[in-house]
Amino acid sequence: MQNLTSVEKRLIRNIMDDPNAGTAKLAERVGMSTTACWRKIEKLHQLGIIKGFVANINWRRLGYELEVSLRITLDKTQKDAFETFLVGARKIKEVNEIQTFLGRVDVRLNILAKNLEHYQSIYRDEILKLPCISEVEALMLISDIKKTNTLPV
Amino acid sequence: MIVLDELDRSIVELLIQQQNLTPSEISRSLKVSQSKVWRRIKSLKDSGVLNGKQVLIDIEKLGFGVTVFLGVKLATKGRVSLIDFEKAVTSIPEVQLVQHVLGLYDYRLRVVAKDISDFERVLRRRIMTLPGIGDVEANVLLSEERRLGPIC
Repeated sequence: MQNLTSVEKRLIRNIMDDPNAGTAKLAERVGMSTTACWRKIEKLHQLGIIKGFVANINWRRLGYELEVSLRITLDKTQKDAFETFLVGARKIKEVNEIQTFLGRVDVRLNILAKNLEHYQSIYRDEILKLPCISEVEALMLISDIKKTNTLPV
Repeated sequence: MIVLDELDRSIVELLIQQQNLTPSEISRSLKVSQSKVWRRIKSLKDSGVLNGKQVLIDIEKLGFGVTVFLGVKLATKGRVSLIDFEKAVTSIPEVQLVQHVLGLYDYRLRVVAKDISDFERVLRRRIMTLPGIGDVEANVLLSEERRLGPIC
């Protein structure tokens, strides 16, 4: 773990809490000059703590009303089950997150679909055709109650 | 619903991967004029397709070595227990994500911890003591990939 000063920790907390805040605002919140704050942010980039900023997309605006978590158990007796499955999963464009786990579930795919009919076609024509699947279980998102990148630092 | 054309899609595709690109960098890589890129970004923001930015943090460098996803089933259901549960669970600092879902579980949680014993502390003291909590299933995150999604 990196040794950060308490002001650096405060800065990183503020960036995680409000990634849209500009340098001037962040400087004010952590109580330092804008230049000093800018330099600290540069340092966090250089240390690799901040890997970058990416845009948030509101998929609903683009007509993607459904979000489904598919929790998949793989048939691990088959050779290279994880790799074979993942290569196929990466080709499905409605998959916007892939996670692998240690536990009862091996892989989770986050699926974006326009509606139930669209979801059904992704599920039947693409997901179920992926190799090495042993079990699939779906969780449909009702709402995000909390969504943050904040860490208790 | 907003329909994107080819140029919008290319711009969004770049911004999903790296948000702090300037209009001039985007215009160079897509070979269109800077003012056109600027106008498109503005309209994508105005229509809400681009919804702010997100910071990517290397959490291991901050000492958080373990991420666990929990599937949580409530023991008792009903309006009141949902609200009590949600209020309590969102106030736990180690819980980054709370999703109300339909299926085998009622909620999906993303929990970060320093190590497995720190996770055990969070699980025992904070999660298992939540009001209305029933069954909990834990899966430890091994790897995570962000994909572009259905933009292209």
